[in-house]
Amino acid sequence: MKIIVCVKQVPAKDAPLRLSEDARWIRDSELSFEMNEPDAYALETALQLKEKHGGEVVAISAGPARVQQTLREALAKGADRGIHIAEEPASRVDSLGVARLLAEAIRKEGFELVLTGLQSDDLGFGQTGVVLAELLGIPHATIIMEVQAEAGQLRVKRELEAGWFQWVEMPLPALLTIQSGISKLRYATLMGIKKAKTKELRQLSAAELGVAEPGGGQRLHRIYVPVKTKKTEFLEGAPKEVAAKLVEKLRQDVRVL
Amino acid sequence: MMANAILAVMEQQEGKWNRMSWEALAAAQQVGAAVNAPVEAVVMGAGVRPLAEEAAQARLAQVHLLEHPLLERYTPDGYCAALRQLLAAVQPQYVLLPHTYQVRDFAPKLAVSLQRSLLSDCIGWRAEQAGLVFTRQLFQGKFNADISFEGPAPHFVSVQAGSFPAEKLLRGDAPAPVVPFAAQLEAAQIRTRPGEKFQESKRAVDLSQAEIIVAVGRGIKEQENLVVAEKLAQALGGEMGGSRPICDNGWLPMERQIGSSGQTVAPKLYIALGISGAIQHLVGMKGARTVVAINKDANAPIFEVADYGIVGNLFDIVPALTEEINNVKGQ
Ligand SMILES: Cc1cc2nc3c(=O)[nH]c(=O)nc-3n(C[C@H](O)[C@H](O)[C@H](O)COP(=O)(O)OP(=O)(O)OC[C@H]3O[C@@H](n4cnc5c(N)ncnc54)[C@H](O)[C@@H]3O)c2cc1C
Ligand SMILES: Nc1ncnc2c1ncn2[C@@H]1O[C@H](COP(=O)(O)O)[C@@H](O)[C@H]1O
Repeated sequence: MKIIVCVKQVPAKDAPLRLSEDARWIRDSELSFEMNEPDAYALETALQLKEKHGGEVVAISAGPARVQQTLREALAKGADRGIHIAEEPASRVDSLGVARLLAEAIRKEGFELVLTGLQSDDLGFGQTGVVLAELLGIPHATIIMEVQAEAGQLRVKRELEAGWFQWVEMPLPALLTIQSGISKLRYATLMGIKKAKTKELRQLSAAELGVAEPGGGQRLHRIYVPVKTKKTEFLEGAPKEVAAKLVEKLRQDVRVL
Repeated sequence: MMANAILAVMEQQEGKWNRMSWEALAAAQQVGAAVNAPVEAVVMGAGVRPLAEEAAQARLAQVHLLEHPLLERYTPDGYCAALRQLLAAVQPQYVLLPHTYQVRDFAPKLAVSLQRSLLSDCIGWRAEQAGLVFTRQLFQGKFNADISFEGPAPHFVSVQAGSFPAEKLLRGDAPAPVVPFAAQLEAAQIRTRPGEKFQESKRAVDLSQAEIIVAVGRGIKEQENLVVAEKLAQALGGEMGGSRPICDNGWLPMERQIGSSGQTVAPKLYIALGISGAIQHLVGMKGARTVVAINKDANAPIFEVADYGIVGNLFDIVPALTEEINNVKGQ
């Protein structure tokens, strides 16, 4: 089975985020980055499917040159090839622009199954996978917690709200958006890291893909730190002091002690 | 039918409302009042007239009853095809949806199939001279972004749970007309086959009844450290709960996961230890009467719902707190 996995590079979880001067994005020159968490699970799912059914796993990412580092990580974990779509996102206002780039590259590449994460940690649209499926003209299912493939058919476990699930069946080719925690992630081995250096990592540009200026119909005005609306009482002091203050509150006001 | 309406898409499954439908409807009423446009709703499925009549109690110009046997069970292909037909007839300017798992599954597809884009997980809006400006979160709630639409309608917006309280929904003086709309669908259009809904296992604990919950998040770092929180829960006589990554790791059983895919709780006291406060976690616990948050990051969104906040290292604070509680209780 030929599987394409979309991996996005996002600021690391603990990275201190500060606004850029023009309040249109964050200052990302000084940040560390990592693979978007659900995408790591999408990659893991792809690798497990390949181990079971054979085939090929191709990792793809759109973004500036630094995203090649994330693609190398995917290669080190076992992806066979990488595709980097060079992009300096001028407007990160909707998912359509990046989905168009991914769709063209994936169409050129050919595939049976496309996997994405269910949501990015930075923009959090929760849309790119579904938009991509529509652009590619294939069926999809979202928030997937288990994947079974057999004879050109998929059977997937879709997460619903409040602890409910549902099995959904569909023919291949198809697209799935993968939920974090679907399986245990593997680590890259030293051997894997060595091998990754020799694997193919192809670069493509928007022009080569024939994707013109995206323009998804939304305009970003500004980005800002939300104004706190809740009156939180912050307790301060050394651990012993704050503990005493909180216990006092729990006794007098909350009345649980 | 009036073109230029604000259309709210309501959600039901097996004849039961998803309660967030009322929030989308409230949002549609508010937007409708601001731009002076009629507000309409669509209820879709098979055999859902009673629900449409219930929706018609709200102050609305009309309720579209979009029915077809193939809409009995949700599929993205069926829902998108049916809604495209309704939208072509109604021509609304804004389409508001609740940001549910089902809407996440079909709304981006619906919008892009009409060469439009969806503004997802919106938390608010305001009217400006140039038009409406919508707000959504970035970086899991650390920043907000203000966004407006350009280009032709309809504009699609899905609204975040809790952002447009259903209590603000206005009732009508008389029920709104329920207007049937027969969708034209064929089985061959629908490429996915959905199965029955099911729950994984019987729940041994019912956290929804717990009076005190001590919940841990990824800030706990290692499974071995869980004992720090357990001692606090013990001292308080409370139950343990966790954020999703903690349960995914198997450090706590799934039935103790709190949030949109887990349990919804409303204890007297909820203590969040090393939990950042992502919206999917908040929807499960913001009904708590008192929330205490301990987090080393003063900007963590969990403080937005906390009554008492302590900024610091949980490994310093929690043992001190447990000791203090034990002292007080021992007296
Ligand atoms: C469709 C969907 C459904 C989801 N369902 C759920 C759900 O039901 N429940 C749920 O919880 N999540 C759910 N999530 C995941 C959710 O988006 C968050 O990723 C998750 O809640 C984060 O968990 P966390 O707060 O434990 O971890 P993180 O976000 O990593 O936060 C860890 C926090 O710990 C703090 N910290 C670190 N070290 C310390 C220390 N020593 N002392 C004090 N503080 C410290 C950090 O400052 C940080 O704020 C869902 C996501 C999606 C997309
Ligand atoms: N720039 C990108 N490169 C590769 N994949 C992406 C990119 N942006 C989004 N994706 C994929 O789409 C998923 C959903 O992202 P989003 O719609 O931004 O929440 C992510 O988990 C990725 O798998």
